[in-house]
Amino acid sequence: MADVVARDIRVPVAGRQLSLHKFARRKSTIAFFMALPLIVIVACLVIYPAFYSIHLATLNKSMTKFVGFGNFEFLFRRNTFWMVVQQSVLFAVTAVIFKAVVGFIVAHFVHNLPAQGQRKWRGMLLIPWVIPPAMSTLAWLWLFDPSYSAFNWVFAHLGIPQVAWLGNPYWARFCVILVNVWVGSPFFMIMYLAALKSVPEQLHEAAAIDGANWLQKIWYINLPMMRNIIQITALFSLIVTFANFDIVKILTNGGPVDQTHVFATWAFTLAIWGNDIPLGASVALFMAPILAIAAFFILRNVNRRGNEA
Amino acid sequence: MTMATVEATAGRIGRVRYGSISRGRRKALFWSYFFLIVFVIFFLTPPVYMFITSLKSSAEISAATNPWWVFHPTLSNYIDLLSQNQYLIFFRNSAIVSVCVVAITMVISIFAAFALARMRFWGSATLATGVFLTYLIPAELLFIPLFKTFAFIHDKTGIELINHWWVLIILYPTLTVPFATWLMIGYFSSIPKELDEAALIDGAGYIQMLTRIFIPVAIPGIIAAMIFTFTVSWANFIYPLAFTTSADQLVLPVGIVTTLIRGDVYAWGQIMTGALLGAAPPLIIYAFLMDYYISGLTAGATKG
Repeated sequence: MADVVARDIRVPVAGRQLSLHKFARRKSTIAFFMALPLIVIVACLVIYPAFYSIHLATLNKSMTKFVGFGNFEFLFRRNTFWMVVQQSVLFAVTAVIFKAVVGFIVAHFVHNLPAQGQRKWRGMLLIPWVIPPAMSTLAWLWLFDPSYSAFNWVFAHLGIPQVAWLGNPYWARFCVILVNVWVGSPFFMIMYLAALKSVPEQLHEAAAIDGANWLQKIWYINLPMMRNIIQITALFSLIVTFANFDIVKILTNGGPVDQTHVFATWAFTLAIWGNDIPLGASVALFMAPILAIAAFFILRNVNRRGNEA
Repeated sequence: MTMATVEATAGRIGRVRYGSISRGRRKALFWSYFFLIVFVIFFLTPPVYMFITSLKSSAEISAATNPWWVFHPTLSNYIDLLSQNQYLIFFRNSAIVSVCVVAITMVISIFAAFALARMRFWGSATLATGVFLTYLIPAELLFIPLFKTFAFIHDKTGIELINHWWVLIILYPTLTVPFATWLMIGYFSSIPKELDEAALIDGAGYIQMLTRIFIPVAIPGIIAAMIFTFTVSWANFIYPLAFTTSADQLVLPVGIVTTLIRGDVYAWGQIMTGALLGAAPPLIIYAFLMDYYISGLTAGATKG
């Protein structure tokens, strides 16, 4: 993107540079002032806090003394921390994979339908994404209720044993991932549907003449054509899922016995409720590496797309 | 004779092949509908169940009857909630915050996107990339340092920023401005250069160029960005949970979670009603502006 923008702008300016030199100088000043509010907001409320949290992570609990890596050493010695690391990775990776798979399948089914019916189905299937996650998670919390679970009522009538949805650590992990998949897969569906629409129909016709079946069409045509979008969507979602807060907070609040805590919820518990801001900041900082890796790949992807266009 | 046979076989082959393809298509269509219905059931169970529960009285909820059906529908939950001052305050706080954030975000991001997409200044290309990178930094990483910063400001100047609903108007733009700018850069870049050259020749200044050409042409993008901004500020949970605590300073999502759940007593009928009403504004916007919503969603990650 950056390249495109830069190139787009450079062309007209270079052409006019000689005759309108002064004008161009004034133009850059105007442009700078137009972008100034953005720069101020980003600098004060995003860049500064991001670096400030690194500083915070090196202080002691009362924030009076510099302790270097003391907080991290303390974390590394705690079992809960390693459990949170494990759960965050498990949660993010599993949820993103399932979101991608469900989104991919549903997108293909919607794409199969006659064109005039697609809108209606697409509209219904995107609803989980539109409802604020905090609200829909409350509905899931009620569906998983220990004594009135509506799922358990169905199970009882089918003769399936009752499940302690949020009481059992393994089921609680399953539920947290399930709700995340429920919220996130419509987004994947929409992205993949848009990508599917851009796959030329001729390729499918040619494949059909060569005798390809539906699986081969998906594997050899759709997947390679959609590769870029699949990657970008998965990376975006990985960032958001890794930093997930509301679903875990409302559904389990990290319980039972801290088994479902992810970085964000544990950092919140330590910093706001435990009143240990430096320790919370240290935990939250562990979200940064995955963020950097994902950002690197997204930017590379986006730039490559820009150069192709 | 031979001709007739050939024709007949050709006709038959043609018919048979045609028949099999259409049967294959019909089968594919049948399974598509079948699985889509399964997925729609999965996707719509929670909202439908919210609605079912919202129509039940507490007595019916705690009775061991079929939870998937309403035997004695009642609107008492809705009446209780809407006559309660507290819930209306949450709703008002949410509405004011969201509208203000939309206005602030749009002003900042339209100007910035115009400058970054069409005018050049020192570091503008880096800034465009930087905007995108800041969009990737989650609020979950920023709330702790911001919390501490606000406490520090209070210590130094005496301005209390924590536990006021309006502080969210300052906080939410960190989430919305980078993305809205990014989206608007994409839309503005797609406007042909000839348009602004024509405007320049006609003697338009940059502000005129923006208000007379770019904003009208990019209206779909602006609507998409506004919808995005509104949904994000309506739905955000971590900032209000960390920064506001008194009951009259809460916004909807946090208000429902913290005030309707008292200890271990869950007023499920009211919680579901509150959550459903809280989800209504984004859902209504989505119902009317679905195409803009979807174009914003897909443009955010694909454009650029």
